[in-house]
Amino acid sequence: MSKRVVITGMGALSPVGKEIDEIWNSLMNGESGVQKIDRFDVSEYSSKIAGLVKDYNSEDYISRKEQRRMDKFIQYGIIAAMKALEHSGLEITDDIARDVAIIVSSGIGGMETLSKQHSRLIKRGPKRVSPFFIPKMISNILSGYISIRTGAKGPNMSVITACATGTHSIGEGFNKIKNGTTKAAIVGGSETPVVPLGLAGFCAMRALSTRNDEPEKASRPFDKNRDGFVMAEGAAVLVLEELERAKRRGADIYAEVIGYGASADAYHITAPQENGEGAAIGMQKAIDDAGIEPEQIDYINAHGTSTPLNDVTETKAIKTVFGDHAKKLYINSTKSMTGHLLGATGAFETLVTALSLKKGKMHQTINIENQDPECDLNYLADGPVEDDIQYAMTNSFGFGGQNGILVLKKYNE
Amino acid sequence: MDKKILETVKELTAEQLGIEVDEVNEKSSFIDDLGADSLDTMELVLALEDEFGIEISDEETEKLKTVADAVKYIEDNK
Repeated sequence: MSKRVVITGMGALSPVGKEIDEIWNSLMNGESGVQKIDRFDVSEYSSKIAGLVKDYNSEDYISRKEQRRMDKFIQYGIIAAMKALEHSGLEITDDIARDVAIIVSSGIGGMETLSKQHSRLIKRGPKRVSPFFIPKMISNILSGYISIRTGAKGPNMSVITACATGTHSIGEGFNKIKNGTTKAAIVGGSETPVVPLGLAGFCAMRALSTRNDEPEKASRPFDKNRDGFVMAEGAAVLVLEELERAKRRGADIYAEVIGYGASADAYHITAPQENGEGAAIGMQKAIDDAGIEPEQIDYINAHGTSTPLNDVTETKAIKTVFGDHAKKLYINSTKSMTGHLLGATGAFETLVTALSLKKGKMHQTINIENQDPECDLNYLADGPVEDDIQYAMTNSFGFGGQNGILVLKKYNE
Repeated sequence: MDKKILETVKELTAEQLGIEVDEVNEKSSFIDDLGADSLDTMELVLALEDEFGIEISDEETEKLKTVADAVKYIEDNK
């Protein structure tokens, strides 16, 4: 018989805060975390803004020596994981260690490290490349580091699906508990793409907003005048546990994960399918996996990137799956305030979705000043909403046409 | 032993290993006393090569167990 899976801990570093209460309050107050990039000279870049983690200080969690060995995506991911574990109160003792999975991934990996070591190779030759180059850069190392920190000896891996990385990582961890492979899973994503090479790459794709004079208004999902997504950095990690075990140890439960859907557009490397078919397949799979009807979903935390294509195609996909019920859904985009955390975004938005169910409140989508007529659903443009919602969905769509969708339920005994 | 070289080696060692300079003395073993692993040792050798404009082969690297070994090698090959 399949097991029930609940979220018992959450940790994050994000452009809108580093503690759960701070993050929630920022979102409920409609505060943007997008700013001008001040870490390097951006005068030559078309997009000069990003969602950045403020006042980053790793010293409580990561020693000076370790920092030298870790790209920032590793540092962010470890901190989010340790915060989530502390938040959950789960102790990874010998009797459970082999039953704790870790799937915390990055969509890209250590791009800053890659850039720096490549410069050394070109300028000074192969002998000057650091022995820490490879273990600082590879995406899977983060799950490895978290196992070394926590002693968790269960399945340990990374799932890399660009902007759906965090969502798929949670979904795969969910399945491991649901089917009895493990009793707990530390799952999520981390990304630190705001480095010259990363920014240049996304600028070259014309994927980013160039509303450089108004950083806080640049991420405007579902608004008619949106002009691309805003890059962001951060990490989010959740602790998932099998319900009965979580109850026995008296854990606080934030929400239940009940469904996971994954699908492909089979269409284009970066553009979403115009009719949203692949996304709709993923949503339907998640609903079927949850064993509910589409009409039972109250709220969707949308992918909502603020690109001209995504917000229309996602809206179409929602209408395909939900029919007349689509108009009754509460829909919002957390990215309107955080920007797009790429590989961490799905995990961060799952965290937000879980909090929304627990609190019975949903944040607004900021910056919808002129709603796009092609995006004709209720995106909570006017402010946060209170309602005792029971079922919620969160969408993530990655480059490559890789879609990951989760369905969460308010936790009731 | 050249004091200036010793001080520089101690500083680079401390920086690479994330420890305080006064935790390092000429008798310190990189691995046994200062907690370096094989990757730390390789990174430290890169830093010494850069600082002193020398080349240290892999074979020689294996012989450099302590701060004093490194200082002597630098004195002899500088």
